[in-house]
Amino acid sequence: MYGISQKLNHKMVGQALLLMSIIFMLFVAPASAETVEENSVAIENLQTALTAVWLILAGGIVFLMHAGFSLVEIGLTRTKNTANILMKNFMTVCLGIVVFWAVGWGIMYGADYAGLIGIDQFFLMGADNGIWNSWWFQMVFAATGATIVSGAMAERTDFKAYLIYTVLMVALIYPVYGHWVWSGVGILTSGFLVDAVGVGFHDFAGSGVVHSIGGYSALAGVLLVGSRIGKFKNGKAIPIPGHSLPLAFLGTLILAFGWVGFNGGSTLNANDPFMSLVIVNTFLAAGAGAICVMLITWMKTGKPDPSLTANGLLAGLVAVTAPCGSITNWAAIVIGIIAGVIVYAGVMFNENVLKLDDPVGAIAVHGYCGTWGLLSVGIFSIGIGNGILADATYAAAGAGLLYGGYQQFLIQIVGIILSIVWAFGISFVIFKVLDWTIGLRVSEEHEITGLDIVEHGISAYPEFMIQEE
Amino acid sequence: MMKIEAIIRPTKIHEVKDALDAAGFESITVTDVKGRGKQKGVMQQWRGRKYCVDLLPKIKMEIVVHDENVDKVVDIIMKTAATGSIGDGKIFVYPVAKIIRIRTGETDGDAL
Repeated sequence: MYGISQKLNHKMVGQALLLMSIIFMLFVAPASAETVEENSVAIENLQTALTAVWLILAGGIVFLMHAGFSLVEIGLTRTKNTANILMKNFMTVCLGIVVFWAVGWGIMYGADYAGLIGIDQFFLMGADNGIWNSWWFQMVFAATGATIVSGAMAERTDFKAYLIYTVLMVALIYPVYGHWVWSGVGILTSGFLVDAVGVGFHDFAGSGVVHSIGGYSALAGVLLVGSRIGKFKNGKAIPIPGHSLPLAFLGTLILAFGWVGFNGGSTLNANDPFMSLVIVNTFLAAGAGAICVMLITWMKTGKPDPSLTANGLLAGLVAVTAPCGSITNWAAIVIGIIAGVIVYAGVMFNENVLKLDDPVGAIAVHGYCGTWGLLSVGIFSIGIGNGILADATYAAAGAGLLYGGYQQFLIQIVGIILSIVWAFGISFVIFKVLDWTIGLRVSEEHEITGLDIVEHGISAYPEFMIQEE
Repeated sequence: MMKIEAIIRPTKIHEVKDALDAAGFESITVTDVKGRGKQKGVMQQWRGRKYCVDLLPKIKMEIVVHDENVDKVVDIIMKTAATGSIGDGKIFVYPVAKIIRIRTGETDGDAL
């Protein structure tokens, strides 16, 4: 019975559909005989809408990276500072949203002054749908720089001082360099520097703008705040194991997922077919970076090291963020492998030579690998219009060293120097002033107790405590 | 009445517990402890750097029995907790002065 009634139903549905399509064709089809002009306008509207939707979605994917950053930082540090790290990362986003609306966007994309800084559109004044769409996608990037700093300075930095620094990061440090690189009218993409070298600086999605800026700001912060109690004994680095590798790995994978939006969205055009090349290159470098670090640690200590291998994946991602739209697949793998070497060497160099305490490896991952990413554009760039990039619209203009060009390499070096000098310099000054005024570091007693109880009055894991009734 | 306190490998607790259970000794108290005896520390690594953990995680198992059962229980623990390698642990036996069951107020032998 059931079978028959179903068959009947199918037959009836089929007939109804046929009838409906005949009616549709009779009444609607003649009306849709549009002119070529009308069609092209409709297609253009559709393309614009597609980009708007993709950027909102890609921004949402990038937003999730804040969860990734939080989990990586928590996992690689101790239980007693977990609530503090959660609050720092959480407030970085919340302050970032408001501050980038009030000030950051205007500095980055407002009307240009001397190629150095934007000077209007504060509070998004005069914004329309196009600007709101762009603001959302740019905003989710802005708070990332400060979050990178928070990880490097974890477990000993004063909460108030960090909040003030975050506001300045999103209002000034990040958007100024962003203006130089991404506004189209900044000193690295137009004006005398570019005229002198011949091509503009290229940082596809922010190896420099986001990661180097965060990384070298973190370097300044770590230098001034000093290392955690017990990190160095007679000048020798002592491991302070983090409390949760599951959280660190979950966070790392969430960050990798975030890169789908971070790089995938950065063509700023959902109709750009080279988005697919971008995604493939992004993940090739990620895999290569992790494999490389796993093998290095395996050879060095006899055991593949989990948290450094996780750093290796991020190293590949950070490095490929600048070149991903301008290179071939094999170049992405080479860039990832070299990023893996750099992140391992960087972590060891920071601890053994510079005696810096960076619990999560942020300086090596975001700073050193960010710089490598910017440099790699100058080496591996195919050059827009050449080879597989024949129809590309957003890629490095010049060919890299491997393809016979040298100009792209030169301008990349200029951009690298500016990113290090600007981020390290301005952050050093800000942290120094914060240290003089409200104090950058918590007291020794508070550090030993843990920032959760001292700064927030709650342990992240309160069930472990026996409380007074 | 005697209290038998055994420091054993964490990996052996289930085997020891099941053997005691099978012999009719159900009541035990188990605590996670850290300590060291003759066994040297173990090497671990964090972010590519080796470090020595010289207070190792162990399990402390406490069980109170009538005097005549001491040898039997010690024998079960010896048989099930041993691997033959260094770090198997130790057994301590103490006399117990008094036992009171909180629920009923029964004492000594009745409370066991």
